[in-house]
Amino acid sequence: MTEFKTVVVETDLLICGGGMAACGAAVETAHWAKKQGLKVTLVDKAAVDRSGAVAMGLSAINLYVDLNSGNNSLRDYVDYVRNDLMGITREDLVANIARHVDSSVHMFEKWGLPIWKDDKGGYVHEGRWQVMISGESYKVIVAEAAKKALAEAGGEYFERVFLTHPLMVDGKCVGAIGFSNRENTVYVFKAKAVLTAMGGAVHVFKPRSTGEGLGRSWYPPFNSAGSAAFTLYAGAEMTCQEVRFVPVRFKDAYGPVGAWFLLFKSIATNALGEDYMQTNAEELKKWGPYGEAKPTPANLRNWLMMLDIQKGKGPIYMRTEEAIKRISQAMPDEKAARKKLKELESEAWEDFLDMTIAQALLWASTNVEPDKKPSEIMACEPYFIGSHSGASGAWVSGPKDLQTSETEGDYFWGYANMTTVPGLFAAGDASGASSHKFSSGSFTEGRLAGKAALQYIVEKGNGVTASDAQVQALIQEILQPLDTFEKNKDYSTDPDINPNYLRPKQFMSRLQKIMDEYAGGVSTQLATSKAQLEKGLELLAFLREDANKLGAESLHELMRCWENRHRLLQAEAHMRSVLFREETRWPGYYVRTDKPALDQENWLAFCNSKYNQETGEWTMVKRPVKYLTTDSPR
Amino acid sequence: MPSYVIASKCDGCKAQDRTACQYICPNDLMTLDRQKMKAYNRDPVMCWECFNCVKLCPNQAIEVRGYSDFVPMGASVSALRSTEDIMWTVQFRNPEIKPKRFKFPIRRGVGEGQIQPHGHYATASDDLKSPMLMGEPSALNTEHGPVTFTALPELARTRSPNGGK
Repeated sequence: MTEFKTVVVETDLLICGGGMAACGAAVETAHWAKKQGLKVTLVDKAAVDRSGAVAMGLSAINLYVDLNSGNNSLRDYVDYVRNDLMGITREDLVANIARHVDSSVHMFEKWGLPIWKDDKGGYVHEGRWQVMISGESYKVIVAEAAKKALAEAGGEYFERVFLTHPLMVDGKCVGAIGFSNRENTVYVFKAKAVLTAMGGAVHVFKPRSTGEGLGRSWYPPFNSAGSAAFTLYAGAEMTCQEVRFVPVRFKDAYGPVGAWFLLFKSIATNALGEDYMQTNAEELKKWGPYGEAKPTPANLRNWLMMLDIQKGKGPIYMRTEEAIKRISQAMPDEKAARKKLKELESEAWEDFLDMTIAQALLWASTNVEPDKKPSEIMACEPYFIGSHSGASGAWVSGPKDLQTSETEGDYFWGYANMTTVPGLFAAGDASGASSHKFSSGSFTEGRLAGKAALQYIVEKGNGVTASDAQVQALIQEILQPLDTFEKNKDYSTDPDINPNYLRPKQFMSRLQKIMDEYAGGVSTQLATSKAQLEKGLELLAFLREDANKLGAESLHELMRCWENRHRLLQAEAHMRSVLFREETRWPGYYVRTDKPALDQENWLAFCNSKYNQETGEWTMVKRPVKYLTTDSPR
Repeated sequence: MPSYVIASKCDGCKAQDRTACQYICPNDLMTLDRQKMKAYNRDPVMCWECFNCVKLCPNQAIEVRGYSDFVPMGASVSALRSTEDIMWTVQFRNPEIKPKRFKFPIRRGVGEGQIQPHGHYATASDDLKSPMLMGEPSALNTEHGPVTFTALPELARTRSPNGGK
């Protein structure tokens, strides 16, 4: 076996990940750690400047409650999120993020993030909760603040270290282990509390593009279920693992539609020019109080569009040319209209260039001038993401001060954002049932979780560390794929075809095929059933066994092996949760064809799950949905 | 739309302390071939085409070619990123459509390396147990108002009779 060096790093708080939530945690905890004399360490599998979901940039901050303007209340926002998630939301978590998020956005501006301003100096809103930014360097700016904050507080950060497992002692999380993807080094981080913020999961389902465009997923392919696997390995209870997210985007390159829908007030139509939101409006009545809510929940908007596609009325188009015409017609004269058109053109292209450059290239390649012809939109493949209109993640404690006597027993256990595993905290895509946090809310949740973790360290932290035996066993397991490849590679003349191992991409293809065909991927129009899921789980069990035969030729491939093992856990959590929830609640995200209707009486509840790493068994449990707001729909 | 490296322009960052594209790629794809001293994308189908390698390459040796499975050939998007703004050039497949040029700001008022992470707002409570975060409540306010928070915003438990806003 190749020689590996082991580096042990001791710290008080370990932040796993380097994206928006992790950077929020770094900035916030650096402030408090300095006062408390504590050490904070951050570990990123890439370079913090360009890691995580904001790596490419963003054209909007999608969560700004704007409380200070008096136009919106915290209650307005909580109502919006609850309706969008069809009633399945933790109001305490949503409200906690929302009451702090404006302070994060104001801080971003102090750090130099160009937020668009109107004539009066106020932020330009894209929609009610969104503000426009020139965000090409959004992540670079936030990363600079995070790295500097850590350095000033005597903390450290590690880049290109990929974490695979938590370190556990007596059910408590006391660190993490992983390896460098640059040199033969295993890293062991021993900590008094651990905050996981390693993103959502992409490439669990088969993408629509399977050739060179495989990597052109809407959410980044490097979001590889690191968070979900970490919390599942730790034995933490997970929530909303069935609540996948399927965004509608410009077809193929998955460019953002928010500016078109919200800022330019564009509509989408089918090929016959019909607005499916109107022609299919009757369908909304089937979906309880949520179908009647305004705005219509994201999954129901998807669903009305998909109904037209199923009727053969596609393609579906974003009517960019009509939106532009309407806006320029509203101008007082031709000169003003020309000026406005120029402005719109620049805004529309910036929307793509700041965050989905491929879409700009696709438009240029297909000679699209948005004022002349419409552009096709389509529902993407499913993703796992706790920060947008999905909800999957760990089940975490809410803050004490927001609970009511009715919720406290179910939603509070000592520290905000702590999972059911003592010492393990989660934020961003890693925590569930607190949707719509986006970049700013993820950053804010990282701040909340980080501060709570420091409180935990001060009150409960002790010097317990993982045993050498546990560490050695994990090292052996982590490095196994290198050994498997090395031992067997000379058996066949083609290293890709060998009966003794699977390469990580082959493993991923098999996972994606199972998920696509049995768990409601794009090839079944997001439909699945009990029988389909049970068959899929049977095939997944073989894949789980074959995971032990993954082979890695390099450190890069070793990372890919573990990314895919993480995806496998996310996949299984998803299938079991979709199976457990015997209803259809989020058509447009998925449909259980055998249980095609909403069942408020039995399923206005959280479906939580737990994995036992020793036995490989899953436990499913229903948890009550309890609202903080007394007149919320029940 | 995977990134590719123009052989004649790449010098393997031999004058730098680290290979720029390899350092920045969020998906660990850009790799230096030490024999040739040239970089390459080792797994183009996993490329998100985030353009971070394109933007950071000191020799402008990296470009992006649209994904072969759905992007017709012939168009291009190129970026020139400075410390304050970014210039984009979009060339269409149809040469009769005038190429688009855009310049967008990337930072405003604070230079690269000049960010002060802390200290912009007064922190009201030094108590680790307080639900208030660093810089709060003052960071919740702007000069535009009209609402000024001296404590955390509260969640209305019941709706006002008119249903609120």
